[in-house]
Amino acid sequence: MNLHGVKAIYLFELARTWRTLMQSIASPVLSTSLYFIVFGSAIGSRIVEIDGISYGAFIIPGLIMLTILTESTSNASFGIYMPKFTGTIYEILSAPVSTLEIVVGYVGAAATKSVILGVIILITARLFVDYSIEHPLWMFGFLVLTCLTFSLLGFLIGLWANSFEQLQIIPMMVIAPLTFLGGTFYSINMLPELWQKVTLLNPVVYLVSGFRWSFYGNADVHLGISLGMILLFMLIFISIITWIFKTGYKLKS
Amino acid sequence: MTQAMTLEQGASVEPIIAVRSLNKTYQSGFCALKSIDLEIKRGEIFALLGPNGAGKTTLISIICGIVNASGGEVTADGLDILRDYREARQRIGLVPQELAVNIFETVWATVKFSRGLFGCAPDDNYLEQLLKNLSLWDKRDSTIMALSGGMKRRVLIAKALAHEPKILFLDEPTAGVDVELRRDMWAMIRKLREDGVTIILTTHYIEEAEDMADRIGVINKGEIVLVEEKHALMKQLGRKTLTVQLARPIARLPTNVNSDAVSLTQDGRTLVYQYTTAADDSGVSQLLGQLQEAGIEYSDLSTKQSSLEEIFVSLVEEKQ
Repeated sequence: MNLHGVKAIYLFELARTWRTLMQSIASPVLSTSLYFIVFGSAIGSRIVEIDGISYGAFIIPGLIMLTILTESTSNASFGIYMPKFTGTIYEILSAPVSTLEIVVGYVGAAATKSVILGVIILITARLFVDYSIEHPLWMFGFLVLTCLTFSLLGFLIGLWANSFEQLQIIPMMVIAPLTFLGGTFYSINMLPELWQKVTLLNPVVYLVSGFRWSFYGNADVHLGISLGMILLFMLIFISIITWIFKTGYKLKS
Repeated sequence: MTQAMTLEQGASVEPIIAVRSLNKTYQSGFCALKSIDLEIKRGEIFALLGPNGAGKTTLISIICGIVNASGGEVTADGLDILRDYREARQRIGLVPQELAVNIFETVWATVKFSRGLFGCAPDDNYLEQLLKNLSLWDKRDSTIMALSGGMKRRVLIAKALAHEPKILFLDEPTAGVDVELRRDMWAMIRKLREDGVTIILTTHYIEEAEDMADRIGVINKGEIVLVEEKHALMKQLGRKTLTVQLARPIARLPTNVNSDAVSLTQDGRTLVYQYTTAADDSGVSQLLGQLQEAGIEYSDLSTKQSSLEEIFVSLVEEKQ
């Protein structure tokens, strides 16, 4: 195990976060604050409680999910896309590091950043609404697992992408809509029966539901299924990444 | 003692890089390398010459792990570059042709990154010395963006040396580099060789190879055309042409001039003399003396070194 190598990649990626502190931390915090002001305080005060929770508090887990899913994906994809774009990937490819070590370095850094971001949003939310966390350990576990999983997805997108446009397309066109439709702002029980069934095809439903359970103790789908789904995504992404490094697809000619 | 010496001698005979039947066909169907065999001796400076698209960069990229080979095998310091990739890669440093650097990073951060990436424990003293040797120490806190092209190339060299490799690949190190840096770079390469580093460089410039290398390999269209000790090769390669513009046309060569080496163009206005730079006496002054003796005046003289391309053509033709 080349620990020095993993550490080098990890610290390099985190340093990039500090260099771009405004985009990395400040802008997601700002946009989440806007959501809280609009949906939590302004509109939320006119919406009845959902499952006995005030609407402002109800949307916290979903809003955190919305941010960490898009941020994990775009940050991890950018992290590996940039060396491809500038040509500095030669150094990674010629270094004595295994696929696993490269992934741990890049994905670990992206996930770390998302976890920090999630915690910051959680703290920011406190300024707007009162909430409680019933299962803090589970909450943190879900947060970390989700950040890791979507950083893996982002890494995959970064490996695959040939342009900056392609880099943006999945977070913008797939992840954000799925998150909005995945019960971020509502409980899926509020949907007509047919749409409840359709919604179950949306993987984000399981993430939001599990995460919300850790806050308030009630969930749209069973906790075990939520956890299983996260682990399943993780497994799928890891398999594809391993295959890419093994075959050199998009990386080595 | 004797046994140790024998072992050491045995080790030094073994090539530090051995390339066997290496093939590369890109997905486009382009065959970049055709069953290459090549051995690099421990501690030498080896220059790989070839025109654009000859396969130089592909060969280096395969050895360094950036491109997958289609067939064949490579060992570095006796280690298979695929099976023992960790140990093999730790011994290799690469300075790529392109100025691929992260422009937002500082010089210090980037060399520190490279050292760590290649699995070495931090050693600030070594890196400090390295940057000083490359005249980069004053720039250690500058972002790479602020550096000139030449400085960026030094940064790439520093990155390649950050993990103290035994083998250093320099892919077109002097492309777009000013005279001063080129001189510094050669001095540095000689110093590295003294420290026991094996150096493989690719270049377009024959003078560069002539100046630096112990051995020269010529690659063309994915095939190694020849590998030769420099001195032997320079004799073959160092052909020059002297062109003498005559003041007045002449009908035939004067009798005192050797007609085997000198030819007269059809219009009778130009003499062309082929000679080699390897010989101590090029024969130029002799020829000019002979012209004077014969009372032939000339208006202009020019010499031309045979271009690499011409040499390739002749080499390839000879091989066929």
